[in-house]
Amino acid sequence: MAHQTLIKRDLPNKKLYVTREFNAPLEKVWDAWTKSDLLDKWWAPKPWKAVTKTMDFTDGGIWLYYMFGPTGEKHFSRGIFNSIVPQQTFSYDCKFCDEEGNTNDDMPGMYWHNEFIPTPTGSKVEVTLSFNTEAGAMKIIEMGFEGGFTMGLSNLDELLEA
Amino acid sequence: MRRDIFQAIADPTRRAILVLLAVQAMTPNALAEHFNTSRQAVSKHIKILTECEAVNQQQTGREIYYHFNPKKMKEIDQWMDSFRKLWEDKFDQLDDLLKNL
Repeated sequence: MAHQTLIKRDLPNKKLYVTREFNAPLEKVWDAWTKSDLLDKWWAPKPWKAVTKTMDFTDGGIWLYYMFGPTGEKHFSRGIFNSIVPQQTFSYDCKFCDEEGNTNDDMPGMYWHNEFIPTPTGSKVEVTLSFNTEAGAMKIIEMGFEGGFTMGLSNLDELLEA
Repeated sequence: MRRDIFQAIADPTRRAILVLLAVQAMTPNALAEHFNTSRQAVSKHIKILTECEAVNQQQTGREIYYHFNPKKMKEIDQWMDSFRKLWEDKFDQLDDLLKNL
Protein backbone atom coordinates (compact mmCIF):
# COMPACT_ATOMS: atom_id res chain seq x y z
CA MET A 1 0.00 0.00 0.00
CA ALA A 2 1.19 3.49 -0.80
CA HIS A 3 2.26 5.71 2.05
CA GLN A 4 0.56 8.98 2.80
CA THR A 5 2.09 12.21 1.58
CA LEU A 6 2.07 14.82 4.33
CA ILE A 7 2.04 18.44 3.24
CA LYS A 8 2.23 21.38 5.58
CA ARG A 9 2.24 24.99 4.50
CA ASP A 10 3.74 27.82 6.48
CA LEU A 11 3.11 30.77 4.22
CA PRO A 12 4.10 33.51 6.67
CA ASN A 13 7.56 31.89 6.79
CA LYS A 14 7.43 31.19 3.06
CA LYS A 15 7.88 27.45 3.49
CA LEU A 16 6.19 24.25 2.43
CA TYR A 17 6.95 20.87 3.99
CA VAL A 18 6.42 17.60 2.15
CA THR A 19 7.04 14.28 3.93
CA ARG A 20 6.74 10.77 2.52
CA GLU A 21 7.82 7.28 3.59
CA PHE A 22 8.97 4.57 1.20
CA ASN A 23 9.15 0.78 1.50
CA ALA A 24 12.67 0.74 0.18
CA PRO A 25 16.06 1.02 1.84
CA LEU A 26 17.54 4.47 2.14
CA GLU A 27 20.35 3.81 -0.37
CA LYS A 28 17.83 3.15 -3.13
CA VAL A 29 15.69 6.16 -2.29
CA TRP A 30 18.80 8.32 -2.18
CA ASP A 31 19.82 7.09 -5.64
CA ALA A 32 16.34 7.77 -7.02
CA TRP A 33 16.62 11.40 -5.88
CA THR A 34 20.20 12.00 -6.93
CA LYS A 35 20.85 10.10 -10.18
CA SER A 36 19.51 11.69 -13.33
CA ASP A 37 18.56 8.47 -15.15
CA LEU A 38 16.38 7.51 -12.17
CA LEU A 39 15.02 11.02 -11.58
CA ASP A 40 13.89 11.19 -15.17
CA LYS A 41 11.71 8.15 -14.53
CA TRP A 42 9.61 9.65 -11.73
CA TRP A 43 10.25 13.37 -11.22
CA ALA A 44 7.52 14.56 -13.58
CA PRO A 45 3.92 13.75 -12.79
CA LYS A 46 2.26 11.99 -15.74
CA PRO A 47 1.68 12.80 -18.55
CA TRP A 48 4.72 15.08 -18.27
CA LYS A 49 8.23 13.68 -18.55
CA ALA A 50 11.36 14.93 -16.87
CA VAL A 51 14.40 14.98 -19.16
CA THR A 52 17.84 15.76 -17.75
CA LYS A 53 20.23 17.58 -20.06
CA THR A 54 23.13 17.69 -17.64
CA MET A 55 23.56 16.83 -14.00
CA ASP A 56 26.61 17.16 -11.79
CA PHE A 57 25.66 16.00 -8.32
CA THR A 58 28.42 17.73 -6.35
CA ASP A 59 28.45 20.86 -4.17
CA GLY A 60 28.11 23.74 -6.62
CA GLY A 61 27.21 21.35 -9.45
CA ILE A 62 24.31 22.00 -11.79
CA TRP A 63 21.18 20.05 -12.70
CA LEU A 64 19.68 21.29 -15.96
CA TYR A 65 16.48 19.52 -16.95
CA TYR A 66 13.18 20.14 -18.58
CA MET A 67 9.62 19.06 -18.17
CA PHE A 68 8.34 17.70 -21.46
CA GLY A 69 4.63 18.25 -21.89
CA PRO A 70 2.03 16.13 -23.64
CA THR A 71 1.76 18.64 -26.49
CA GLY A 72 5.50 19.04 -26.93
CA GLU A 73 6.14 21.99 -24.61
CA LYS A 74 9.44 22.16 -22.75
CA HIS A 75 9.92 23.99 -19.46
CA PHE A 76 13.52 24.20 -18.34
CA SER A 77 14.74 24.43 -14.76
CA ARG A 78 18.20 24.81 -13.34
CA GLY A 79 19.22 23.63 -9.90
CA ILE A 80 22.54 24.28 -8.15
CA PHE A 81 23.41 21.69 -5.50
CA ASN A 82 24.93 22.41 -2.12
CA SER A 83 25.37 20.89 1.36
CA ILE A 84 25.50 17.32 0.06
CA VAL A 85 25.99 14.74 2.83
CA PRO A 86 25.76 11.34 1.09
CA GLN A 87 22.77 9.20 2.16
CA GLN A 88 21.59 11.97 4.50
CA THR A 89 20.80 15.33 3.03
CA PHE A 90 21.25 17.70 0.11
CA SER A 91 19.95 21.09 -0.93
CA TYR A 92 19.57 22.97 -4.14
CA ASP A 93 18.54 26.32 -5.46
CA CYS A 94 16.06 25.99 -8.27
CA LYS A 95 15.01 28.48 -10.91
CA PHE A 96 13.25 28.42 -14.21
CA CYS A 97 15.61 29.01 -17.12
CA ASP A 98 16.08 28.72 -20.87
CA GLU A 99 17.59 25.68 -22.56
CA GLU A 100 21.11 26.95 -22.01
CA GLY A 101 20.43 27.28 -18.29
CA ASN A 102 20.17 31.08 -18.24
CA THR A 103 17.80 31.85 -15.40
CA ASN A 104 14.81 34.12 -15.66
CA ASP A 105 14.93 36.55 -12.76
CA ASP A 106 11.30 37.56 -13.22
CA MET A 107 10.31 34.12 -12.06
CA PRO A 108 10.32 33.20 -8.40
CA GLY A 109 13.09 30.89 -7.22
CA MET A 110 12.81 28.20 -4.63
CA TYR A 111 15.20 26.47 -2.32
CA TRP A 112 14.96 22.74 -1.69
CA HIS A 113 16.29 20.99 1.36
CA ASN A 114 15.85 17.20 1.36
CA GLU A 115 16.51 14.94 4.34
CA PHE A 116 16.70 11.15 4.11
CA ILE A 117 15.93 9.20 7.27
CA PRO A 118 15.96 5.40 7.75
CA THR A 119 12.80 3.87 9.26
CA PRO A 120 12.02 0.32 10.48
CA THR A 121 10.22 -0.41 7.19
CA GLY A 122 12.39 1.50 4.77
CA SER A 123 13.03 5.20 4.68
CA LYS A 124 11.50 8.62 4.91
CA VAL A 125 12.16 11.79 2.94
CA GLU A 126 11.45 15.21 4.40
CA VAL A 127 11.42 18.05 1.88
CA THR A 128 11.48 21.67 2.97
CA LEU A 129 10.75 24.20 0.24
CA SER A 130 11.63 27.82 0.91
CA PHE A 131 10.72 30.77 -1.22
CA ASN A 132 12.22 34.24 -1.38
CA THR A 133 8.92 36.01 -1.19
CA GLU A 134 5.39 35.13 -0.22
CA ALA A 135 4.27 36.15 -3.66
CA GLY A 136 6.87 33.73 -5.01
CA ALA A 137 5.51 30.93 -2.86
CA MET A 138 1.98 31.62 -3.97
CA LYS A 139 3.02 31.96 -7.58
CA ILE A 140 4.78 28.63 -7.56
CA ILE A 141 1.87 26.94 -5.85
CA GLU A 142 -0.46 28.58 -8.31
CA MET A 143 1.62 27.46 -11.24
CA GLY A 144 1.39 23.88 -10.22
CA PHE A 145 4.60 24.26 -8.39
CA GLU A 146 6.89 22.48 -10.74
CA GLY A 147 8.87 23.06 -13.87
CA GLY A 148 6.62 25.78 -15.19
CA PHE A 149 3.22 24.23 -15.34
CA THR A 150 1.66 27.41 -16.61
CA MET A 151 -1.72 25.82 -16.95
CA GLY A 152 -4.53 27.18 -14.84
CA LEU A 153 -6.28 25.48 -12.02
CA SER A 154 -8.99 23.95 -14.17
CA ASN A 155 -6.49 22.58 -16.67
CA LEU A 156 -4.58 20.97 -13.89
CA ASP A 157 -7.73 19.41 -12.46
CA GLU A 158 -8.50 18.02 -15.88
CA LEU A 159 -4.97 16.75 -16.20
CA LEU A 160 -5.10 15.13 -12.80
CA GLU A 161 -8.37 13.39 -13.55
CA ALA A 162 -7.12 12.04 -16.88
CA MET B 1 -5.24 42.37 -14.35
CA ARG B 2 -6.59 38.99 -13.37
CA ARG B 3 -7.21 38.68 -9.65
CA ASP B 4 -7.44 35.45 -7.72
CA ILE B 5 -7.54 34.23 -4.19
CA PHE B 6 -3.78 33.67 -4.13
CA GLN B 7 -3.14 37.37 -4.62
CA ALA B 8 -5.58 38.03 -1.81
CA ILE B 9 -3.55 36.08 0.72
CA ALA B 10 -0.08 36.82 -0.66
CA ASP B 11 0.21 39.92 1.52
CA PRO B 12 0.40 39.95 5.36
CA THR B 13 -1.83 43.03 5.75
CA ARG B 14 -4.49 41.46 3.56
CA ARG B 15 -4.32 38.26 5.57
CA ALA B 16 -4.77 40.28 8.76
CA ILE B 17 -7.79 42.04 7.23
CA LEU B 18 -9.29 38.66 6.34
CA VAL B 19 -8.77 37.40 9.89
CA LEU B 20 -10.60 40.46 11.26
CA LEU B 21 -13.43 40.13 8.77
CA ALA B 22 -13.81 36.41 9.42
CA VAL B 23 -14.93 37.33 12.94
CA GLN B 24 -17.31 40.12 11.97
CA ALA B 25 -18.22 42.43 9.10
CA MET B 26 -16.55 45.84 9.41
CA THR B 27 -16.50 49.27 7.82
CA PRO B 28 -13.29 50.51 6.13
CA ASN B 29 -12.76 53.02 8.95
CA ALA B 30 -13.09 50.40 11.65
CA LEU B 31 -10.65 48.19 9.73
CA ALA B 32 -8.11 50.97 9.28
CA GLU B 33 -7.98 51.53 13.05
CA HIS B 34 -6.34 48.12 13.41
CA PHE B 35 -3.36 49.04 11.27
CA ASN B 36 -0.52 51.51 11.55
CA THR B 37 -0.47 52.17 7.84
CA SER B 38 -2.39 54.97 6.16
CA ARG B 39 -6.10 54.73 5.51
CA GLN B 40 -5.35 54.82 1.77
CA ALA B 41 -3.07 51.82 2.08
CA VAL B 42 -5.79 49.87 3.87
CA SER B 43 -8.33 50.97 1.24
CA LYS B 44 -6.06 49.68 -1.47
CA HIS B 45 -5.84 46.29 0.21
CA ILE B 46 -9.62 46.19 0.62
CA LYS B 47 -9.99 47.00 -3.06
CA ILE B 48 -7.73 44.09 -4.02
CA LEU B 49 -9.57 41.77 -1.64
CA THR B 50 -12.86 42.82 -3.24
CA GLU B 51 -11.49 42.24 -6.73
CA CYS B 52 -10.30 38.81 -5.63
CA GLU B 53 -13.81 38.17 -4.25
CA ALA B 54 -12.29 37.31 -0.89
CA VAL B 55 -14.64 39.90 0.63
CA ASN B 56 -18.04 41.30 -0.38
CA GLN B 57 -19.33 44.77 0.38
CA GLN B 58 -22.79 45.53 1.66
CA GLN B 59 -24.40 48.90 2.13
CA THR B 60 -26.11 49.32 5.52
CA GLY B 61 -27.58 52.79 5.85
CA ARG B 62 -24.79 55.23 5.09
CA GLU B 63 -22.03 52.77 5.87
CA ILE B 64 -20.38 50.15 3.71
CA TYR B 65 -19.59 46.93 5.52
CA TYR B 66 -17.11 44.36 4.27
CA HIS B 67 -17.94 40.68 4.70
CA PHE B 68 -15.61 37.70 4.58
CA ASN B 69 -16.35 35.27 1.70
CA PRO B 70 -15.53 31.77 2.97
CA LYS B 71 -16.55 30.16 -0.32
CA LYS B 72 -13.69 31.86 -2.13
CA MET B 73 -11.21 30.79 0.53
CA LYS B 74 -12.09 27.17 -0.23
CA GLU B 75 -10.30 27.59 -3.55
CA ILE B 76 -7.04 27.54 -1.62
CA ASP B 77 -7.88 24.16 -0.15
CA GLN B 78 -8.91 22.92 -3.57
CA TRP B 79 -5.61 24.09 -4.92
CA MET B 80 -3.72 22.41 -2.10
CA ASP B 81 -5.59 19.21 -2.96
CA SER B 82 -4.31 19.44 -6.55
CA PHE B 83 -0.84 20.14 -5.23
CA ARG B 84 -1.10 17.10 -2.99
CA LYS B 85 -2.31 14.96 -5.89
CA LEU B 86 0.66 16.08 -7.96
CA TRP B 87 3.06 14.91 -5.26
CA GLU B 88 1.16 11.70 -4.61
CA ASP B 89 1.37 10.83 -8.31
CA LYS B 90 5.09 11.52 -8.36
CA PHE B 91 5.69 9.44 -5.25
CA ASP B 92 3.58 6.57 -6.57
CA GLN B 93 5.82 6.57 -9.63
CA LEU B 94 8.82 6.54 -7.32
CA ASP B 95 7.34 3.57 -5.39
CA ASP B 96 7.09 1.65 -8.67
CA LEU B 97 10.64 2.57 -9.60
CA LEU B 98 12.00 1.53 -6.20
CA LYS B 99 10.38 -1.89 -6.51
CA ASN B 100 12.53 -2.58 -9.56
CA LEU B 101 15.81 -1.10 -8.35
